Amino acid sequence: METFVFFYFASIIVLTAGFVVALKNPIYSALALLVMFFHVAGLFVTLHAEFLAIIQILVYAGAILVLYLFVVMLLNLKREEHFHGQFIVGLFLGCVLFAEAVLLVLKGETTLGENLADSAAPIELTRGNTESIGELLYSTYLFPFEVASLILLVAMVGAVILTKKGILEVKG
Amino acid sequence: MDVPISYYVVLSGLVFSIGLIGVLIRRNIIIILLSVELMLNATNINFVAFSSYLGNLSGQVFVFFALTVAAAEVAVGLAIIIALYRHSSSINIDDFRLLKW
Repeated sequence: METFVFFYFASIIVLTAGFVVALKNPIYSALALLVMFFHVAGLFVTLHAEFLAIIQILVYAGAILVLYLFVVMLLNLKREEHFHGQFIVGLFLGCVLFAEAVLLVLKGETTLGENLADSAAPIELTRGNTESIGELLYSTYLFPFEVASLILLVAMVGAVILTKKGILEVKG
Repeated sequence: MDVPISYYVVLSGLVFSIGLIGVLIRRNIIIILLSVELMLNATNINFVAFSSYLGNLSGQVFVFFALTVAAAEVAVGLAIIIALYRHSSSINIDDFRLLKW
């Protein structure tokens, strides 16, 4: 059963990821990405990461993708272009990289499995997923957490400055 | 845990490769940014899978940080796209050769 669920999610994820790259219209690409985000969230639920599944839907589907669609519609693109001239080279490079990754995994699978079997400790179910993550975030990862807020602040300032008219234009 | 962890690694590698191909072959800057999102999601799948199999929640915290960085990247990236579009009324990557001699 679990295997079946995994293969359902995995096949939809790969299919929609292919659509994102292959479709001509950017709006269709963004919508394919939306479907992919939902299925990644489903995969997170099967991995007992419920908090991240919700965050994935809220942040990715709710905020990031809406921003993309907003910009796509704002720019009012004519449908020109499609693939770059280096199409063949890019495809070839991607396939080679993927083959390398698969080879590495297949070669290292025995040791990987053993190590995991040794240290496999089920996450304690006395507390919820969200509670455990929150405690970890505010104790061990307190400093990175603060840095993350700083990154968001810098991104906000950067976005405002970049889109404000009259700052980037060349003088004279 | 019926599903071996190598399945997750292969899935994540596949999605990452698709994202990489997208970055390499598309001309539309928006699609290139979408492909970067694909790659970030591929790493997230890996993080969560290993976190679940090792019984260690740190992986999920790192996905949280990756989400933060993705949000920042999108905000700045889309701002750059809008600035570029104002500058030359195009978001075709072939039109931007300002740094080329």
